[in-house]
This record gives sequence, C-alpha cells and structure tokens, in this order.
Amino acid sequence: MSTTFVLNGKSATLDADPTMPLLWALREVAGLHGTKYGCGMALCGACTVHLDGKPIRSCVTPLSQVAGRKVITIEGLQSKQAKAVQVAWIELQVPQCGYCQSGQVMSATALLEKNPAPTDADIDSAMSGNICRCATYSRIRAAIHSAAEVLKA
Amino acid sequence: MTAASNILPQSRRAFLKGAGSASVMALTIGFEWISSTRRAGAVAAPASGAPFAPNAFLRIGADDSVTVIAKHLEMGQGAYTGIATIVAEELDADWAQVRVESAPADAKRYANLVFGTIQGTGGSSAMANSWKQLREAGAKARAMLIAAAASDWHVPASELTVSNGVVSHAGTNARAKFGSLVKTAATLPVPDQVTLKDPKDFKLIGHKAARVDAAAKTYGSAQFTLDVVFPGMLVALIKRPPLFGATVKSFDAAPAGAVPGVVKVLQVPRGIAVVAKSFWAAKQGRDALQVDWDDSKAEKRSSTDLMAEYRRLADQPALPARKEGDADRALRDATQIVTASYEFPYLAHAPMEPLGAVVKLSANSCEIWAGDQFQTIDQANAARTADLDPAQVSIHTLYAGGSFGRRANLESDYIVEAVSIAKAYGADGTPIKLQWTREDDIHGGLYRPMYFHKLEAGLNAQGQLTAWRHVIVGQSIMADGIFAAMIKDGIDGTSVEGAANIAYAIPNIAVNLTTTKIGVPILWWRVVGSSHTTFAVEAFIDEVAHAAGEDGFTLRRKLLEHHPRLKGVLELAAEKAGWSSGPLPAGRGRGIAVAEAFNTYVAQVAEVSVDKDGHIRVDRVVCAVDCGTAINPDIIAAQMEGGIGFGLGAVRYGAITLKDGRIEQDNFNNYRVLRMNEMPRVEVHIVPSIEAPTGVGEPGVAPVGPAVANAIFAATGRRMHVLPFPKTGDT
Repeated sequence: MSTTFVLNGKSATLDADPTMPLLWALREVAGLHGTKYGCGMALCGACTVHLDGKPIRSCVTPLSQVAGRKVITIEGLQSKQAKAVQVAWIELQVPQCGYCQSGQVMSATALLEKNPAPTDADIDSAMSGNICRCATYSRIRAAIHSAAEVLKA
Repeated sequence: MTAASNILPQSRRAFLKGAGSASVMALTIGFEWISSTRRAGAVAAPASGAPFAPNAFLRIGADDSVTVIAKHLEMGQGAYTGIATIVAEELDADWAQVRVESAPADAKRYANLVFGTIQGTGGSSAMANSWKQLREAGAKARAMLIAAAASDWHVPASELTVSNGVVSHAGTNARAKFGSLVKTAATLPVPDQVTLKDPKDFKLIGHKAARVDAAAKTYGSAQFTLDVVFPGMLVALIKRPPLFGATVKSFDAAPAGAVPGVVKVLQVPRGIAVVAKSFWAAKQGRDALQVDWDDSKAEKRSSTDLMAEYRRLADQPALPARKEGDADRALRDATQIVTASYEFPYLAHAPMEPLGAVVKLSANSCEIWAGDQFQTIDQANAARTADLDPAQVSIHTLYAGGSFGRRANLESDYIVEAVSIAKAYGADGTPIKLQWTREDDIHGGLYRPMYFHKLEAGLNAQGQLTAWRHVIVGQSIMADGIFAAMIKDGIDGTSVEGAANIAYAIPNIAVNLTTTKIGVPILWWRVVGSSHTTFAVEAFIDEVAHAAGEDGFTLRRKLLEHHPRLKGVLELAAEKAGWSSGPLPAGRGRGIAVAEAFNTYVAQVAEVSVDKDGHIRVDRVVCAVDCGTAINPDIIAAQMEGGIGFGLGAVRYGAITLKDGRIEQDNFNNYRVLRMNEMPRVEVHIVPSIEAPTGVGEPGVAPVGPAVANAIFAATGRRMHVLPFPKTGDT
C-alpha cells in the first residue's frame, strides 16, 4: 500500500502501512532522520513537521492522512522565516543535547510564518508543546525574538 | 548511504568501513602510532598528506584541520566544545578549523582521571579531569610545530610565534599554516616538558568559542543513536515485566509473530524481545505479545507504604556520617528548637532521546553504536554478555540526546539488553537496534531514590544556631556493583553529600544515615545527592533564620564567614538580585539558596508570584557561580540556565510513584517536566577566577528548588515539606 504526497517540495510515494505514523514513515521509509521520536503521544513536540504549513506532531499522524498534502521536515525548510530562525539558533547557541531542536525549530518557524512579531505570550502558546529536557527555553525565546527582529528589518 | 559513513567518524574501524580513501587510511596510521611510541618519527615514512598526531587527543591534517579526540560523551553539557577549547588554546589553533571526534573505548588512553581507570563521563568532571592533560597535549603539539618551522626555515625556535593556526617568523616574514608543517613535525620527538600559557594570554578560554555541535543540532543533521541505519538492520523492542523483580513465567509468541514485519520473538534475560524490520512493526508486535509474569519475588509495595516506613526509620538509631561536638546535648540545652521534615519522591531522568543502542554481533566481534557514557564499563559488560574478550568489543560513541546520569550505569542496562538480543538472534552479524519507548523509559527504573529527611536545629538564648541534627533515610546508589568499595563505615557518600559536608559554622553537628533496601532499581540523577540534600539543608536553614528573626541571606553569610568561595557566590547573587532592596510587594517573594557540588559553588535568588488561587509563577532566578577558570562562559551560563529549568521542573512536578509495585506514570502527560511557559528569566554571573576549572553540568540544579521554596514562603508563609510542590501551592 503506498501513499503519495509532497515531501519537502517534491512528490514522494512511500510504500508503507497507511496506519504507520508519519514520523516512522519519514524516518524509516523516506530515510529522513532529522525528525525525532520523543514520546509517541504528541506530548513532547520532538517530531514536529509542517503539514500544509501548519505544525503537527508526526508521531500521531497516520501516513494516510497526508495523502495529496504538503509535508515539510527540518531537512526541507526553505522559508525566510526558517532561515532567520536557524541563524538565530546558532547565534544564540541554543542547542545543548540537541535532540528536541528539530522540533523546536519547526514550531518556531511555523510561529513566525503566521505571526511576524510574536509576544512572549504568543511564544508560550506556540512553543509550550515542545519539551526540552536541557531547558534551553530562555534561549529559544530570545532566538525567536531575534529572528523576528531580523525579519522586520 | 550507510550509517558507517553517515555517523561521525568514531574509530579506526568506522574509518575503514565508512570510506577507505587514501587520506582516511593515513589517519588510521597516525592513530595506530599513538599507542605504540611517543616519537612521531616512528610513523612509517609519512606520505604526503599524512596527519600529525602527537598524542592520543589530537590530529592535525595537511589540510590544516585540527581534530580533537574526545574521551568524553557529548550529552548536551558542552563537553566536546570545552575539550576542543582547551587543546586549541594551548595549540593557538584557528577555532574555525577545529573538529571533534569521539575516542574509542580505551581505559589506558582515555580514562577519566577523576574516576581512575574507567573511561566515562559524569560527576561534572569532563573539564576538571581534562584540564591539565589537554593543555599539555595542545602545548606539546604547538612546540613541535614550532620546532618543525624552525627546522624548515633554519631560524631559532625562540623567534617564532603562533597565532590562529599560523606559525610566523617576524625577522624573515615567513608564515606557515599548520598543515604545511605537519610533514616535518611528524618526524620530531615529542617534548617531555612544555610551558603552559599564562592565563592572561588566553584567547579562547574565558571568551566565547561557539559550540562545535550547534549548527548540526540546528539543521537536524546531528547523528544520534536513533539515526543509525545499516542495510538489513532490524529494530527490537523488549516487553519487560510490569513489576521490578518479576520474571517471565510463559509467553505466547504467535500473536506477535503474526504481525507483518516481525522477524523473531526471543526470550532474553530482561524480558521478551520482538525483532522486526521496522520500529512500527516491532511496536505492534510487542503490543500483541502475550506474557504471563511470575511476580512472586517482585517489589509490590506502594510509595505511600515506603514513605511511612522511612518516616518511622527516621526516629530509629542511624549511622553517623558527620559528628562534631554534641548535637544531642546542645539540642537539650537549646532555648528554641526548630524541626522540619522533607519528603522526596523517586525521579526519572527522562532524557529527550529514549535509550537505544545498535549492535552488530558476530562470533568474534561486537560493535556497538550508542550515546555511550561509561565506555569501558559498557565494553566489559557487553563482552561478558556476548562471551567475548573486551578487546573484541568496540564502541562508537554518538551524541546522546540527554542523559542526566541515566546512561551511566554499572550494569549497562540498555547496552546489555541490545547485546543479549543480538546473541539470542544468533550472533550472525545482523545489525540490530534496540529502541526504548518513552513508556519504557518512565517504567524502566534506575530512578533518583526516594528519601526522607528530618532536621532539628537548636538556638541558644542569644538566638545563635548551636545545634544541627540531620537524619536521612533512603536507598544507597553505590550499594551494589563495583563502587560498593567506596562505602565507608556503612555510609554511602552519595546519600549524604550536600548534607554531611555543610559549610555552615555550627558548633554541634550530627548527620546520620539509615540506608534502606527496596526492590526498586536506582541511580544517580543530575547533581546526585545534592538533588535532595541541598533542598533539605537550604529550606531548613531558611526556617531556622525565620525562627531566629534573621534574614536568610544575613544568617547564611554569618555562618559562611570562613568559607570565602561560598560566601562569594552568596554575596554576588544577593547583590545582583537586589536583595538589599527589601521584600517584594504582596503576593510576591524572594528566596535564596547556596550549594557546593563537585567543587563548584552556586548561589541562586528566586523571585516568585503567587496569585489568589495559589498558582505559583517563578519570575526570575539570579545565579552566581564559581567554577574556577571559566573555560567557556557562555556554556557555563547555558548550564546554569538549563540546570535551573531541570531542577525547577523536578521540584514542581517530578514524581515517580508506585501503587502495589506498579509505576503509576507512563509518559510526559503524567510525568510532568518543565515547559516553555514555566521557565523563569535567568541571569547568570560568573565569579572571575584562575583556580583550576570545576564542573558546571550539574551544580546549577541544586539550589533552585530551595530558593523557590523559600521565595514561596516569603510570598505566602507556606513551607514546602513534600516534593513535588502541591499542584496549586495552596494545599
């Protein structure tokens, strides 16, 4: 059984159980390893990808649900917001263990694509689903504000 | 692309399998030579392009690349960057040219000098034990590059300078990048003695060197164990007993075996392994598995039963961990007595990357890929499991997606599980990845132990603190395994650290320990003993200050008069937090706490707001840290920030509880950790110092809990005696 969708800008057909979570289809069938497994229950955000431009938890999204739709993973980020986010992440030295950071970058990018000038409350609302056990939260917040400033300029 | 070429180059074997280009082969020769002789000239006629590898920690390529070989695991605390900074500083390397790769398991070359003969990372020791070793490694290589230039240019070595990866001679304007000197340097002897830099000349140490792993971790390309793939690799999950100490009575493999993609169902010592072609198939297979467990020997008590027993034990005779003066008598003579008890739950480490390991086992070799924290212990345990010699076990250490102590355990639990599956599978060289789910992690034991603390303080007529009696009840982390020899007179130092060694000047001190035996597997957890002792001591000293009518800061400063470094961080944190400006407005409060852990001194001032419903918000934490020489101030700040978030999550929400032996938590829904909206503003101030560097990965965790608890008291008048804090702070 195969599922066809647009993966990082290109048509992709994955031959896999349609009930398989998108996370595992991306990792084990498409071979894209940037999206991480952290909880399997949409509780931690490590598996965040964009589905038609919106952040979703790929660990609870069946592959069948993305048929004909557009999926972007950390490997396929292209938007100017994504670039600003990633530059700010490095500038502010956000990552520690780094395992959650793909998901953090995906959520932060989706936030800035929707809201070019997020407040702290907007950041709390958009990012509280992404757990970081290293607690890099202060730097994530600062990096999102920094990216927003750069995009405004 | 296979994993072997996909992952970071790990060792000779990975190099050979991964690529095999001429330059990679040359690296291999350099590496071989390291252990055989200290003379670079012993390398068989270095071909053009061969690297210069003056010691086990460093390799310089003809392309000017400087590769630092890390004996430590990078699990987030910045060890790779710190290690590279020390070498690059003494080498005067160009930071942009510096790379880090992980060392193979080898206790001879790569032991943690704090641990003795074990290669491993922990106890906030990566910088402390590498400091002298790596400064010398860098300085000797620098001396050899200078000697090479002096030889090539026929000028005196004393006239040469090195800066940013370039050796220069002012008199002749000769300049050379490291790469062009490699060929000559490799023929020269390694100097026995070398002069290290004066700290005032440091260019990287004490400044901002960017993390070597930041970009890969931002772009999603950093390689974790989860990301290792080999052709034909299988994925295994284990169904483990629901109670600690239970064993398999019988199982029906048929329903699991019927799941498409499941290859084998195997009994292993830790349970039943489902081996499949993918994670999803293995997971569905495990869900379908039917197992009957024998729980006749299992731990079946509940946390509430255990804590009731601990409370009872706290009033029974205990073993002395510290005795100064006569605390019993001083308490009898006191005009005022303050008492309090504190209860601490089991805690899971819950690193973001659930545990996993990839194993390739054949008749005479075992290769392991993992975020490996105790390389030579894991090597020995893997060898024993596989019936091999340790030398036949190679370990490729990858980035670990967090650990907080979990991956460093003496039984090498997840490594041994993976090897046991590969063995049961037939040891035919098939690569097998063992993957834990989050539920496996939360249910999997090796928790921070549960503890009960009872404290009594005596004040004399002048309000002076004259007596301190502290009883601790809980399991011993060191009791089983190779560190048991470190238990002296029945006292496991990790149960009482932060309590037995309190720095406060009190004339009569008694710290006692009762060690319990419970069938729940336990382990060190970030900042180990101080994860509970610092809370008890620092919350209680605040209660004593209140009883004595003193300010918490003032009393601590008085009692730390003879402890300049602790007093130093206390004063710095108080000053930066504006402590002297007096209490915050109604509904808000400020609290302070100090800690010494792993020879690092930390003080934190927390500010909280409590709304009318009792909801607590931690607004701000001001942190002062004295960790000796600040190798990388930005990473030190990051570790304080992260430690504060980690510790705050634990005191507010963290609890693993047992009900009739069964763990009641499963995942991040009911094992709550700190989230973005709960992170306070953190300000970090580093005490300038030229003392040898000490660790920063753990100490920042210790003071935040009591600082926040003391701030809650200032805001509400309520003390926090049971952890985690009540959900709304008002029960």
